[in-house]
Amino acid sequence: MAGYIIRRLMQAVVVLIIVSFIAFSILYVLPGDAALIMLGLEATPEQINALRQELGLNQPMLVQYGQWFFKILQGDFGKSIVYRDSVADLIGKRLPVTFHLGLVALIISIIISIPAGILSAVRRGSILDSVITISANIGMAIPIFWLGILGIYFFSLKLGWLPVYGYTSPFDNFWLSTKQMIMPAICLAVVPMATLTRQTRSSMLEVIRQDYIRTARSKGLKERTVLIRHALKNAIIPIVTLLGLQIRNLVGGSVLVETIFTIPGMGRLMVSGVFDKDFPVVQGGIMVIALVVVLANLIVDLSYGYFDPRIRNE
Amino acid sequence: MTTVTKQTNQFSSQAPSASGLWRFLRVFLGRKVVIFGTVIILGLIITAIFAPQLAPHDPYQQNLRSALQQPSEQHLLGTDQLGRDILSRIIYGARVSLTVGFVSVGIGSLLGMTLGLLSGFFGGFIDSLIMRLIDAIMAIPPLLLALALGAAMGGGLQNVMISLGIALIPGYARLMRGQVLTVKQMDYVKAGEVIGSSDFRIMLRHILPNCMSPLIVLVTLNLGVAILAEAGLSFLGLGISPPGAAWGAMVSDGYRYLLNNPLLSFAPGICIMLVVLAFNLVGDGLRDALDPRLRGTL
Repeated sequence: MAGYIIRRLMQAVVVLIIVSFIAFSILYVLPGDAALIMLGLEATPEQINALRQELGLNQPMLVQYGQWFFKILQGDFGKSIVYRDSVADLIGKRLPVTFHLGLVALIISIIISIPAGILSAVRRGSILDSVITISANIGMAIPIFWLGILGIYFFSLKLGWLPVYGYTSPFDNFWLSTKQMIMPAICLAVVPMATLTRQTRSSMLEVIRQDYIRTARSKGLKERTVLIRHALKNAIIPIVTLLGLQIRNLVGGSVLVETIFTIPGMGRLMVSGVFDKDFPVVQGGIMVIALVVVLANLIVDLSYGYFDPRIRNE
Repeated sequence: MTTVTKQTNQFSSQAPSASGLWRFLRVFLGRKVVIFGTVIILGLIITAIFAPQLAPHDPYQQNLRSALQQPSEQHLLGTDQLGRDILSRIIYGARVSLTVGFVSVGIGSLLGMTLGLLSGFFGGFIDSLIMRLIDAIMAIPPLLLALALGAAMGGGLQNVMISLGIALIPGYARLMRGQVLTVKQMDYVKAGEVIGSSDFRIMLRHILPNCMSPLIVLVTLNLGVAILAEAGLSFLGLGISPPGAAWGAMVSDGYRYLLNNPLLSFAPGICIMLVVLAFNLVGDGLRDALDPRLRGTL
């Protein structure tokens, strides 16, 4: 197990180095002069030259990459061109917002999808199974930005139950924060919810026809115990794997959800960074998001040992 | 003895490929949802091809005096903020969705399959390098990767298709690599090596055809993924430039005029959902029909 952990850690480091190269090269796939594109056509030659100096664009690409890489190792992502503020500070303010949104969405999706998947598998072929399966299929196909707009139309504009948009920290005003969070979190939860329900159903279907489940039932154990202690525990690994992959979907989805509900998180920072050609923000954002995703997957891989003693003892 | 003859007769009277096709169709069309999905996909293709004949109005014709109208006999779904017929724009939008779907999946599958094939076939350092590259692409959310790449390259529809294609690479690379590693152990591939076939020939003639079933399934499912992602990108403002009609962009337009004509936002959204749902259902159906062993794996 120790060797495995070290190997996985090394892989994660290599992956992050490659991501840093991808993030850095984004500035270089730009056709034409990056400084000119960032400043726009009205920029004076002096301004362009100054920005070129600031970004180090006058040096060879690999030298620039090296300098940039050592800076980000120290947590220095450069300065935002639009906000004239350090990118690290900007991300530091936005990341907790997305974390809050993502966490609520993740909790909603787990609470709903795992019981739904189990029920669907246990009552295979019933009307309940059809309803759950169809809902999961729709959940995977629904454009979440459109779902958000539907929600705003009915619950905010027509019924007036929920605020249209905005974000308040739960530490400032918990009630308002929760009211503002309901719709965005549900929208963001839809895709993970659908994916996890499908996976739970199919893993459980595999497991509940095994002999040890029949044994557990014939021992006279309660159905609840059979399902959770015996079946779910054996079905959990593919579910946990998929759960790890959902972190990526949550961050991706937050780009859309934060745009619709004007939530000042990472997603919106990235969208404005992309459209304002604020490349230090885009590069820094990609690095931080990739770090979160890689860490999440690492934790998932290491958790296999917890769920399955066979892996632990390997 | 008699049973053997009987079997031989059966096989000689009925070509094995035909019976395979029959079995495939029976399983594939045996489920109502799959038929539903197939009908929607066929409808989408027909709509995209015959858009000029089907659209009741010119989708680009502006008429500010009849802007944001409610549904009427003349405009079945009403008009948008520039007085353009929503139904006609949805019909033309089918072209964008379908094109983006096929082109980006084409790019992603070709690049991904090549990488996976090389990775699985050669192993060692090449394998590690390619797989870490794939991991790196997977560490960035696809929508974000496409957004950053698309905007960096200039944001047109063409660049959106390229960047979505890049975001789709990992699925194909990993699928292909896994298949190659399995097939490589088979006797017929070893036999190919023994008679001196080149690496390229072995990959193309022996390994590739064996990976076709899961590949077809992944392509179908990814068509839905790509269409959904394109809708998200065009909602954010990337992709087709005005006055072109894309479903995601129409939802975004409608968001600003939600109280005037909600259909402007609702109708294209329903189209996105139905089309993506159709590709997912057909993908699932293909998976069960082509290879029952794949059930639940893709």
